[in-house]
Amino acid sequence: MGSEDVKVLCFWASPFSIRVEWALKLKGVDYEYIEQDVFNKSTLLLELNPIHKKVPVLVHASKPILESFVILEYIDETWKQHPLLPQDPYQRAHDRFWANFAENKLLYASFIAMVATGDDTEKALNVARDSVEKIEQEIKGKKFFGGDNIGYLDIALGWISYWIPVYEEVGSMQILDPLRFPAINAWMTNFLNHPVIKDRLPPRDDMVAYFHTRKKIVSPTYHDLMKYL
Amino acid sequence: MADEVTLLDFWPSPFGMRLRIALAEKGIKYEYKDEDLRNKSPLLLKMNPVHKKIPVLIHNGKPICESLIAVQYIDEVWSDRSPLLPSDPYQRAQARFWADFVDKKIYDAGRKVWTLKGEEQEAGKKEFLDALKLLEDQLGDKPYFGGDNIGYVDVSLVPFYSWFKAYETFGNINIEKECPKFIAWAKRCLQKESVSSSLPDQNKVYDFIVEMRKKFGLE
Repeated sequence: MGSEDVKVLCFWASPFSIRVEWALKLKGVDYEYIEQDVFNKSTLLLELNPIHKKVPVLVHASKPILESFVILEYIDETWKQHPLLPQDPYQRAHDRFWANFAENKLLYASFIAMVATGDDTEKALNVARDSVEKIEQEIKGKKFFGGDNIGYLDIALGWISYWIPVYEEVGSMQILDPLRFPAINAWMTNFLNHPVIKDRLPPRDDMVAYFHTRKKIVSPTYHDLMKYL
Repeated sequence: MADEVTLLDFWPSPFGMRLRIALAEKGIKYEYKDEDLRNKSPLLLKMNPVHKKIPVLIHNGKPICESLIAVQYIDEVWSDRSPLLPSDPYQRAQARFWADFVDKKIYDAGRKVWTLKGEEQEAGKKEFLDALKLLEDQLGDKPYFGGDNIGYVDVSLVPFYSWFKAYETFGNINIEKECPKFIAWAKRCLQKESVSSSLPDQNKVYDFIVEMRKKFGLE
């Protein structure tokens, strides 16, 4: 839509940069995808994000916007079609709260469960499952967190539907028990089957291989991550 | 219809102070409730069952948790006066980025300064001062991060100034010497009624930290 100058610096296996792509695609905004090697950071990335040195970076009309949740709000405010955040301030606060919750609790806990050993795995799994339990209450009775259509919270939590099953396989563990969490599992199916999302997922085999490698590398020092639980 | 606004808070919390400032900037009358964090009220547990933390803003019976989310809520509901976020999407993204930076850096690094010793404390001090210097750069020549008036970033950051005597004493640092522009900005903010009425005296916070250190066995 239009020939606006939109670029996104991404990493193919990042649950953070994919959010930006999902939002742009839902709004029908064309963009240039620029793959980054996050283990060997480019001059471009370091110039655009000198403080955190991370993906994603959205570049719009030569101006960089950083931090995936900040980028989502920028996208929603700049391109008004297919609104992502609700209009009502209380609902907006609700969505922002749960986006942060999943990020701070479930994301760390599920990754740590994958790379930890012994009792620490159990500890991380408990935090992860408790977090899923809380999110389950929020999706009960709804097709998407956004209602009938995908919204901000679906995009913010979308990583759950694709990254956690990969973590489960790599870590030989279960977090998203379909018997215990039927609503979130139903949402996962709805989300992954949405035409825009389905069309923009990294290849699963590559993801599994990648996270097996990450697990090998991170496992010896996983104790450093326990403070995030 | 009159709005009913309550703030569940704890007087030394920089996060609670953010909401006090935002509410004062907008001229909103509210009921302030100080919580005993060792004995949390049924109201707090009901209003924030997920985190059980302050601050919680309660507006007409509905809770809003997480300080920056609540500040944005206040800005959106009472949008007719004293805007905290700018109207331009790129400026808003900048403001959100820097408030997020404050959340990620200042509290944790500051905590290292008053709780740790030796090498770990030195690392914390460097992190803390480096963060303040980055913020000084971002401020530039503007009187406030929000431009001519205090905005979202000012509100998110200035509460930590009330903890500076504690950081300086336990960290053995002179923040004014390292970051004079930062101190000048903080004092400028304090000239505003909304800020001075929301921040406790540095000495009071210092005494509180002394007690906390005793409790944690850090003395």
